[in-house]
Amino acid sequence: MVHTQTDLPILDAQGIAKRFGAVTALNDASLTVAKGQVVALMGANGAGKSTLVKILTGALRPDGGHLKINGTDRSFSSPGAAREAGLVPVYQEPSLIRDLDVAQNLRLGDTPVEPFLHWVAALGITDLDLHEMAGDLPLATLRILDLARALASSPDVLLLDEMTAALPSDLVEKVLNVVREQADAGRSVIYISHRFTEIAQLCDRATVLRDGATVGDLPIEPGVEERVVELMLGAKLTPARIATHRAHATATGPARLGVRNLAAGSRLTDVSFELHGGEVLGVVALEGQGQDELFDVLGGFRRARGGTVTVDGAPVTFRHPADAIAAGHSLVPGNRADALLMSRSVRENIAIPRLARICNWGSISMRSEAETVTAAIERLQIDTRAQGEVRRLSGGNQQKVTIARWVASGVGTLLLFDPSRGIDVRTKRQIYQLVREMAEQGAAILFYTSELAEIPQACDRVAVIFNGKLVEIMDAADADEPRLMRAAYGLTSKVPA
Amino acid sequence: MMRLVQRNGWVAGLLVLLIILLIATKIIQPDFGASGVESLGRASVPFAFATAAMAIVVIAGGIDLSIAAMMAVCSVTAARLMVGAGDGETVLIVILVLALGALMGAINGAMVVLTRVPDIVVTLAMLFVWEGTALLILNTPSGAATQWLRDLILGSLSIPGLPERATFIPKSLVFVVICLIPFWFIMHRTKLGLSIYAVGGDPVAAFRSGVPIGRTRIIAYSLAGVLAGLGGLSLTMSTGIGEPIPGPYLLASVSAVVLGGVALSGGKGGIIGPIVAVFILRLVRMDLTLMSVDPNVTTIVEGTIMVVVVMLGGMLAMKGRRP
Repeated sequence: MVHTQTDLPILDAQGIAKRFGAVTALNDASLTVAKGQVVALMGANGAGKSTLVKILTGALRPDGGHLKINGTDRSFSSPGAAREAGLVPVYQEPSLIRDLDVAQNLRLGDTPVEPFLHWVAALGITDLDLHEMAGDLPLATLRILDLARALASSPDVLLLDEMTAALPSDLVEKVLNVVREQADAGRSVIYISHRFTEIAQLCDRATVLRDGATVGDLPIEPGVEERVVELMLGAKLTPARIATHRAHATATGPARLGVRNLAAGSRLTDVSFELHGGEVLGVVALEGQGQDELFDVLGGFRRARGGTVTVDGAPVTFRHPADAIAAGHSLVPGNRADALLMSRSVRENIAIPRLARICNWGSISMRSEAETVTAAIERLQIDTRAQGEVRRLSGGNQQKVTIARWVASGVGTLLLFDPSRGIDVRTKRQIYQLVREMAEQGAAILFYTSELAEIPQACDRVAVIFNGKLVEIMDAADADEPRLMRAAYGLTSKVPA
Repeated sequence: MMRLVQRNGWVAGLLVLLIILLIATKIIQPDFGASGVESLGRASVPFAFATAAMAIVVIAGGIDLSIAAMMAVCSVTAARLMVGAGDGETVLIVILVLALGALMGAINGAMVVLTRVPDIVVTLAMLFVWEGTALLILNTPSGAATQWLRDLILGSLSIPGLPERATFIPKSLVFVVICLIPFWFIMHRTKLGLSIYAVGGDPVAAFRSGVPIGRTRIIAYSLAGVLAGLGGLSLTMSTGIGEPIPGPYLLASVSAVVLGGVALSGGKGGIIGPIVAVFILRLVRMDLTLMSVDPNVTTIVEGTIMVVVVMLGGMLAMKGRRP
């Protein structure tokens, strides 16, 4: 905060654009970092942060815009080139190679060992054995080693992407101190995090991205959180309410799905809720707060570590996705490629979960299959021009197929994991419509979405998960975006009711 | 020391298995001795080179189905050029043949990297290309091999002062070891080797560490090509002629690589394990032949050994991870 404005910015990116096929990831992203500054790069999920990071670090080539390092135009053809120019990233996932030991990993990246060890110690890891295989080390240690490796190359600009996400709090403290010292010593840092408290503690400025463009660049001062949240969401602070008829979840008898103190994996620690037939329960969480584990457990992909799941009042344990399907659970995973047989037809993809029921002594009854499938295709208005191979459909239509298969077979409980990611507005509408219709027909629907605007349009209630725990559950009618965003960032207590 | 044993547990296990098999052989065939070891060694040489070649490509995360065919090209090229060649010319021919191997490997690698067609498809196609090439160069087994070159792998090492019968070390074995030392060094003591492991183990992390992915892959294929060149030469050296039809080295090399502890998914294993595995598989075959087991049963036994050993190894590795 004691910087002279006369310095040229060490990094100056202007108007960066990047398209992937028909999807525009970035259209006008700008980021300026002065010497010795720590700049927070913020944005909601899908705002384009990771694409910008990849461009700055040479992992992707931009389609437009300028990148200046120390005043000269640069464009990096590889991560190696960016590194040589002094721009060193620590990515969100550990980037040591698991099958090599630590020493070999250092040699691979030409990291000097002495400074590396110095930083490892400074960051609070005391018992590192250089000959340990990277794959055998715990996640937190790997993150620290990634940071130490970056620091050892004395970078001009250090880029930290969710550096503290997997760390215990004592290590977080050490990391923040080291980063601050770096800045005081004249190095620059780009800091990506969802944690406002860390940003307030560490950063000088925040640059906010929304829908692929930089929408704000503000100094960090008390109360800036609210402003940042506003910028991340855009102007529309008043929630657009969709006046759909809501099936009232009158709690008669046991809930269709009951979850009590559920814990799973390393991230999900304590989630409880009840979901009744005819109800859509939204789930809101920042990335990696435990929602993946929750859906995995309910879909039978993963065993719970603690807590109970009940279906119609009876406790269940799913050992296999087939158990979950038998209990009436249908999971639509976040990654469409996980759910679809990409090189098979739309018809086959829709029919698969149903095969057990339309089979006649082992052979598939073609007529009954065709009937159900046609009905589902019509209902979802799937564009069937390319139905021979699902891979040739657009993303939105692929998503419809993943839902259509459950429409065709009838659902008890539908688990939707971010079904509208990367889908155009019209298709989104159709999907919400469908979600509501299915609820009205009695399905219980758990709906995780990374787009907060969807909540009032499709849900009855919303559960917010932060840091593995359910922090708030509210009526969708009250769930405007700022409130959801605050809750998702763990800021609940600061908001007056 | 503990770590050395831990890291190389698989190789140590294979060595124990090899020793057990050698003892078993001595029991089955009491007069198994220097000449037996010599013929075992000589028969194993082309397998050893094919396997080392395959191991490097697999560690780099690929596979090369055309290794045996490249060996055939190198074998016939060497045999054809060495007809009437002098001792000095032979040195040049050897260098030329190895360069030819490197070139063929580089072509394979470049096609895999540039076309983005899966390696298994590209190298299957190249298998036919190199097969045809070998037959164009020499369409029947013929040609010659210079005598001094042949002497490098024929017979046993004679140690001065000891009677001929007391020397158990076949020259072929020494030849293999000497030829493989540079490759072992590259894989385990250079940055190129690390890059090959990194590219095979986790290409994304390797890319982020600044490793040039495409170039490293192509180099791995070229190294395999050089080893195929050595394999082809060794064929010509041991038979004295060039053989245009590829021998059974492709599947044998994949078997030995797997048995030798290299993960087919890439990034894991080494060269020594697969080479020991070559001798194990050869020895099993020889023992079964000595016991006059039906050759058809022999292949069943070989297949079973492979699955059982790899399964046991996998189970031990899992136990070790979660104590």
